[in-house]
Amino acid sequence: MTTNLDLIATISIFTAGLTMAIGSVGPALGEGKAVAQALSSIAQQPDEANTITRTLFVGLAFVESIAIYCFVVAMILIFANPFWSYLLSEKRV
Amino acid sequence: MHISSDSIIIWQLEALSISATIWFTWLIMFLLILSSWLVTRKLSSGTYLSRWQNLLEVLVIGIREQIQQASGQNNDQLLPFIGTLFIFIATSDILEIIPSFHPPTGSLSTTAALAVCVFFAVPFYGIRRRGLLPFLKSYFEPNPFMLPFNVVGELSRTISLAVRLFGNVMSSNMIGAILLSITPLFIPVLMQILGLFTGIIQAYIFAILATIFISSASQVASQNLTKTGKQQ
Repeated sequence: MTTNLDLIATISIFTAGLTMAIGSVGPALGEGKAVAQALSSIAQQPDEANTITRTLFVGLAFVESIAIYCFVVAMILIFANPFWSYLLSEKRV
Repeated sequence: MHISSDSIIIWQLEALSISATIWFTWLIMFLLILSSWLVTRKLSSGTYLSRWQNLLEVLVIGIREQIQQASGQNNDQLLPFIGTLFIFIATSDILEIIPSFHPPTGSLSTTAALAVCVFFAVPFYGIRRRGLLPFLKSYFEPNPFMLPFNVVGELSRTISLAVRLFGNVMSSNMIGAILLSITPLFIPVLMQILGLFTGIIQAYIFAILATIFISSASQVASQNLTKTGKQQ
């Protein structure tokens, strides 16, 4: 039983780190691209800065939410792991 | 460390328990209702405005302009719903700087409830504006094979709406707590300021996304109107 608990803890923590590592690369690249494109658009058409900024923020929030999903999954793995609590409750019984 | 404020019990009587989420939600509702009642008690239509009436007018006009720009139509029916969402989320995110205040938007229950409100508001406003059959027909566009994708899209965007708000508010709280145990002197304050900024942006984005979802469900009718108008 203890080996199972150890294994679950190890894999959970390792996976949480991996989730954040991989899951933040994509949104970071995407956000960088979006901001760069928006900046060059604003430089070309300063009159449309308001519309571009509003669309940029909404788009950034969409991209950002993918990284946030990864963060939520990592937090669940560390602080609210269902398998961990199930094994713990079984062990107490 | 609590991942959500649901697990903090403030008051308990037998099976009935009041969690921090419910308590602070009611506190914010009470604050908002009390302040609006106090401000709107003596409104003036003259040249002199009290500063609180000025604040409320700026807020309402700003939300109305944003709704018009985002939905591309004059849509005053949406104003109460979208305005309530924005003001509630923004207030709960701003009050986050008060110590021992747990923002209700940092719990998945609250954000899921708000997202479910948006989920039901889409058919409500869609049917009210276009009628039942044209609204249902929009799920079969562009062809009937798209029906499952449309339904799944409707569900998944509700979930992503809830998780996005929850994740952003919860992450700023969590980062503050983690930094407090590593570098307690000055850095957590900076992250709290960043959290305030994120909170306001997320409130804006939640309201804008709700506007876009609702108006896209009720927009095809107006496009058809303009088409027939052009044909005439």
